[in-house]
Amino acid sequence: MSVLALFLAAVMAVIAWWLVQQRITTKPWLETGPIGDAGAPSLPAAKIGLGVFLAVAGTLFALFFSAFMMRMNMPELNAPEWKPVPAPAILWFNTGLLVFSSGALQWARAAARRRRVEGVKAGLVVGAGFALAFLAGQLIAWQQLNAAGYYLTANPAAAFFYLITGIHGVHLLGGLAALGAAAEKAWQGITAKEIQLRIELCAIYWHFLLLVWLVFFGLLLFTDPSRPGSGLISFICGML
Amino acid sequence: MVEIRVDGAIPAAEVPDVELYHAKSWITKYVFCQDAKVIAIQYSLTAMGIGLVALVLSWLIRLQLAFPGTLSLISPEAYYQFITMHGMIMVIYLLTALFLGGFGNYLIPLMVGARDMVFPYVNMLSYWVYLLAVLILVASYFVPGGPTGAGWTLYPPQAILAGTPGRDWGIILMLSSLILFIIGFTMGGLNYVVTVLQGRTRGMTMMRLPLTVWGIFSATVLALLAFPALFVACVMMLLDRLLGSSFFMPAIVQAGEHLSYEGGSPILFQHLFWFFGHPEVYIVALPAFGIVSDLISTHARKNIFGYRMMVWAIVAIAVLSFIVWGHHMYISGMNPMFGFFFATSTLIIAVPTAIKVYNWVLTLWRGNIHLTVPMLFAIGFIVTFVNGGITGLFLGNVIVDVPLSATMFVVAHFHMVMGIAPILVVFGGIYHWYPKITGRMLNDTLGRIHFWITFLGAYAIYFPMHYLGFIGVPRRYYELGETAFVPPSAAALNVFITVAALIVGAAQIIFFFNLVWSFYKGKLAGSNPWRATTLEWQTPETPPGHGNWGKELPVVYRWAYDYSVPGAEQDFLPQNQPSKGPSRQAAPV
Repeated sequence: MSVLALFLAAVMAVIAWWLVQQRITTKPWLETGPIGDAGAPSLPAAKIGLGVFLAVAGTLFALFFSAFMMRMNMPELNAPEWKPVPAPAILWFNTGLLVFSSGALQWARAAARRRRVEGVKAGLVVGAGFALAFLAGQLIAWQQLNAAGYYLTANPAAAFFYLITGIHGVHLLGGLAALGAAAEKAWQGITAKEIQLRIELCAIYWHFLLLVWLVFFGLLLFTDPSRPGSGLISFICGML
Repeated sequence: MVEIRVDGAIPAAEVPDVELYHAKSWITKYVFCQDAKVIAIQYSLTAMGIGLVALVLSWLIRLQLAFPGTLSLISPEAYYQFITMHGMIMVIYLLTALFLGGFGNYLIPLMVGARDMVFPYVNMLSYWVYLLAVLILVASYFVPGGPTGAGWTLYPPQAILAGTPGRDWGIILMLSSLILFIIGFTMGGLNYVVTVLQGRTRGMTMMRLPLTVWGIFSATVLALLAFPALFVACVMMLLDRLLGSSFFMPAIVQAGEHLSYEGGSPILFQHLFWFFGHPEVYIVALPAFGIVSDLISTHARKNIFGYRMMVWAIVAIAVLSFIVWGHHMYISGMNPMFGFFFATSTLIIAVPTAIKVYNWVLTLWRGNIHLTVPMLFAIGFIVTFVNGGITGLFLGNVIVDVPLSATMFVVAHFHMVMGIAPILVVFGGIYHWYPKITGRMLNDTLGRIHFWITFLGAYAIYFPMHYLGFIGVPRRYYELGETAFVPPSAAALNVFITVAALIVGAAQIIFFFNLVWSFYKGKLAGSNPWRATTLEWQTPETPPGHGNWGKELPVVYRWAYDYSVPGAEQDFLPQNQPSKGPSRQAAPV
């Protein structure tokens, strides 16, 4: 539960910071009059909403990672079924695609801020293209692993790989739907200012999914027995 | 004497007054409606409808326990299906949905002074996904093999193995339904949280919020962080069942046949399930805590004692509830050091909880107590919650839990603390807010009859059940048969409990009759029949119109508990009453 504990500790820290802003030590029964709400966030509701959603989605992925690591460290169950999945080389390429996708959306975000509609459109198309290529690449990785005998029912390590990459892919598909809706607005001739918030939300979501992928990819690499340092993560998991 | 008065220019609202969604047809006004008040009623009616199914199931369970073998329709398989469905419906589809989807949707926008939730469309979707989840759950009664009989905890490996009722379809529908429920709840939960954060009207600081909102808000945050664990567990078990993966399934030899599973960990499921399961107790309890605080303060005409402590206690309970899940797993073979940790953290939760109980009692102390029906239910809650909480101290200790685990004592404990206690608050809340929702009062006499039968009947059911647990009567057994250590008198006690359960269940007809009858014939309520301070009672129309507030949003000048302020003309000062006039004074320093 170490990954989950770390993630929830971070969420709790944000909540604690926010609570402190709410003047929770005041004595409201002594205060009359229309006082301002010092702690109310000035961000748009949609952005706060996305933040809350990312906390939920983050918890979800942290739980998957925790389950993955807990299962990995149950020695009484490990022989002979836990066979760590070797990370296919294409995953490096896929990682690059997702980085570019995220970068393209960041570019679109900057263009929207500078009110350049053409830049926004280009960023959206490139970002979506790289995201679709990433998804296709993940499917190829599935095929390669399947061909190498690491199919879903082969052992729990393989099952975790399919599960986590699958859930990540579904999240990306959901993001693409939102991106599509934003793109539709952009092509309808809406101004860059009006679309700015949507683009920002998409870009933040993309960065989040990139981060999730990097964490999982890192986990895979560190637990791949054919690579040096594979014992490190197991050691840390064991300690925690 | 120190008096603090914060006058000055009214700051701008945190969010600009948004343009409201307006229904264009009957369908979008009453069916696919985006108004939180309508969604609240949809949630509540659906939850109560499915709750009635669970009530009937509990009758059947009790009939089997009291008169084993008498009713031919209750086979062992059917019995396990009854207990599974009863538990899951009550915890998830009734209580969670009713407190957060029902009370949350109705009260949050009104109490914080907003026109609606911040994302009304997503809010509407939330209800329809919830309804779909309920329908899928109900559908499991109509598939071959019927619903799952794996127990409400759905523990693998037995949940998906042949021999468990509903193994073919029931478990698939149950897991799918739970996944949908969580998706639907997340949509609603985003609304509840962001509306509290962003939708508050001018002057409504967090520390001026009624405790009802604090309770629902904290429970929602808790649920948003805890439900993903159930989601993960359901997805993984669904893959084990449908695609043959082995997340939770170890190598199994069944009836001489080696199954294809190997290498999974059933304990991993238990961790995931209880990482959700324990916060779930507080997802149900925190809204109840909040609502009861407001009921007691209003009906005792006294400000809530220790408001700040109440808020801090809610937050502390919410945080602590994430580190106690292991106390559900003492007998899973965990490391004894973990048992020590979880027992300690469990007992620590008693501290903020006790603070709340003391504060409720001190609010009542020398209050001008009106024994209205909502107040009766609120006091009934306090007593019941204390009773259930005390048996929780027994079960929180590893050494006491081990012999009591899987006995009727556990059943009695959790029914008192998270069954009866929150349901008493649900009733109290409905009797309290029904006049705002419909414009008419519920019938008082029927309400009192309903309260006394329900309250005394619940004790007739669960007090003896503790004793059954002490003498070792196990839970989950289809029938006891002849057991050396269980005296024959246990059977007589079981009959007594069943008769009480049948009466309590039937008494709920009074409540539902009252709901319907009063809707047409009840006494007109006026806008603020309880003379309460919080904003929902200050709306220009009753029931509140679309947009809640007419042209201008209310401005908040004081906290939610200005009752019986010395020198005031009336014994309550609404939150939106301007600050001229009396105010509380700090005690001499």
